[in-house]
Amino acid sequence: MSALAAAGADAADLKLAVSLRGVSKTYDNGVEALAPLDLAIRRGEFVSLLGPSGCGKSTALRLIAGLSTPTTGDVAVRRGEDARVGHGIGFVFQEPTLMPWTTVAGNIGLPLKLAGVAAAEIDARVREALTRVGLGDFATVYPRELSGGMKMRVSLARALVTDPDILLMDEPFAALDEITRFRLNNDLLVLWRGLRKTVVFVTHSVFESVYLSERVIVMTPRPGRISAEFRITAPTPRDDAFRTSVSYAEQCRDVSVALARASGEALP
Amino acid sequence: MTVEPTASEAGRANVTERVAQVALPVVVLVIVIGAWEAIVNLGHIPPFVLPAPSAVLATLVADWSVLLESLLVTLMTTLEGFIAAAVGGIALALLFSRSRLVEYSLFPYAVVLQVTPVIAIAPLLLIYLPQEAAVVVCAFIVAFFPVLSNTTLGLNSVDRNLVGLFTLYGASPVQTLWHLRLPSALPYILGGLRIAGGLSLIGAVVAEIAAGSAGAGSGLAYRIAESSYRLNIPRMFAALALLSAAGIVIYMALSLVSHLVLRRWHESALGKDAG
Repeated sequence: MSALAAAGADAADLKLAVSLRGVSKTYDNGVEALAPLDLAIRRGEFVSLLGPSGCGKSTALRLIAGLSTPTTGDVAVRRGEDARVGHGIGFVFQEPTLMPWTTVAGNIGLPLKLAGVAAAEIDARVREALTRVGLGDFATVYPRELSGGMKMRVSLARALVTDPDILLMDEPFAALDEITRFRLNNDLLVLWRGLRKTVVFVTHSVFESVYLSERVIVMTPRPGRISAEFRITAPTPRDDAFRTSVSYAEQCRDVSVALARASGEALP
Repeated sequence: MTVEPTASEAGRANVTERVAQVALPVVVLVIVIGAWEAIVNLGHIPPFVLPAPSAVLATLVADWSVLLESLLVTLMTTLEGFIAAAVGGIALALLFSRSRLVEYSLFPYAVVLQVTPVIAIAPLLLIYLPQEAAVVVCAFIVAFFPVLSNTTLGLNSVDRNLVGLFTLYGASPVQTLWHLRLPSALPYILGGLRIAGGLSLIGAVVAEIAAGSAGAGSGLAYRIAESSYRLNIPRMFAALALLSAAGIVIYMALSLVSHLVLRRWHESALGKDAG
């Protein structure tokens, strides 16, 4: 990962949170997950990567997080003003990925604990993060006692506790029921409006991507490359009224068509 | 409307189940002991052929001071072997998880130690080591493999996303070990220790029988061998009963420890409590 300012950055670059240039990934077993990909994400932007399974969208996310190194190309992530824990990145996995042997507070405080933050400060910041995701009373509960939606909230609180600039989310709500997913979608939008994080959201749901994002990037499978891009227009703030609006339905249809084309299916 | 069993009915069924779990083995024991006593009495079988349970009990009481002393010797050997197996097994597994090369180099020999019958190794150990050390080493050899293999399995069963998370937050190897790999492996380690407890008793007994020397420092297994030479069959049974009891207590104690450690979070310990 190189600093953004290094490679001949122009003025526009300073507004970028994430930039991928010619990034490709071929796994050791020869599977080409990602074709050379160019992607620029502005600071504070909410971008969805939309595509069928195996289109490399999770791979792209792991590359941005630094959990995997690109085969070719360059991944640049703008860090915060001060070098903070996790390079200013929060990651929410598809599974809640909680440690079952410790409490909700223990799970959320983990990133701070690993960074050697003092116990009292961890306590305060964990409480703040818990309140933010609406789980104020659950600090001493073990993960197994929580529902799927609540576990996901804990996972989100853990990603937020370091106050990262960039939030990477890998199909976080895919395993939840629709009612819970809608509620978490709304809560995520409220958080995003309040905190102005850069969010990169991976999903295979057209409806979710259109509802949440400012920009939807449609990807093709095997190897993943960008096939279409949509800027979503919506009233601010977005809420359930937008979900039932004609404009939402139209944009969903356009994105669906693009997704079908990207997946190589016959057009409707 | 379907009729659901009410909570109290379900609770009662649960209690019945638990009572049955304890009562049925006791009933079997009473029947077997009763039949044994009856056969010995009705058949006028002499005690040096088959002693009645009452005779075994009488011997247990009469020889209590000798037997207790031997029991403590055997338990001490078992405990030392168990601790050595626990520490050695876990330490070796950690070493294996740090270095593939060490694992490749040593793992086959751990298997060799495991598959070679300890009764065949014991006489050799007794030649090269002082007797007290040799018995402990025997207990260790028998008991350490389940700890090693279970711990290795546990350390390799860590959630890959959690590993990713630790990497993302820049955790050091020590932090990853302490906060992720060890807790994650804990249920496996405890399972290994539970097996090792019983095995270290077996190892201690085998070594004592192989050692076969007399003296104050002789364990229960030696008492069995000695009683066999003297045709003191009731005492053999009494010593055997004590060994079984010791084995059961060791197993129950380790199960209890495992349950207490895991009860807050692990599925294996939840089944009993969950409604």
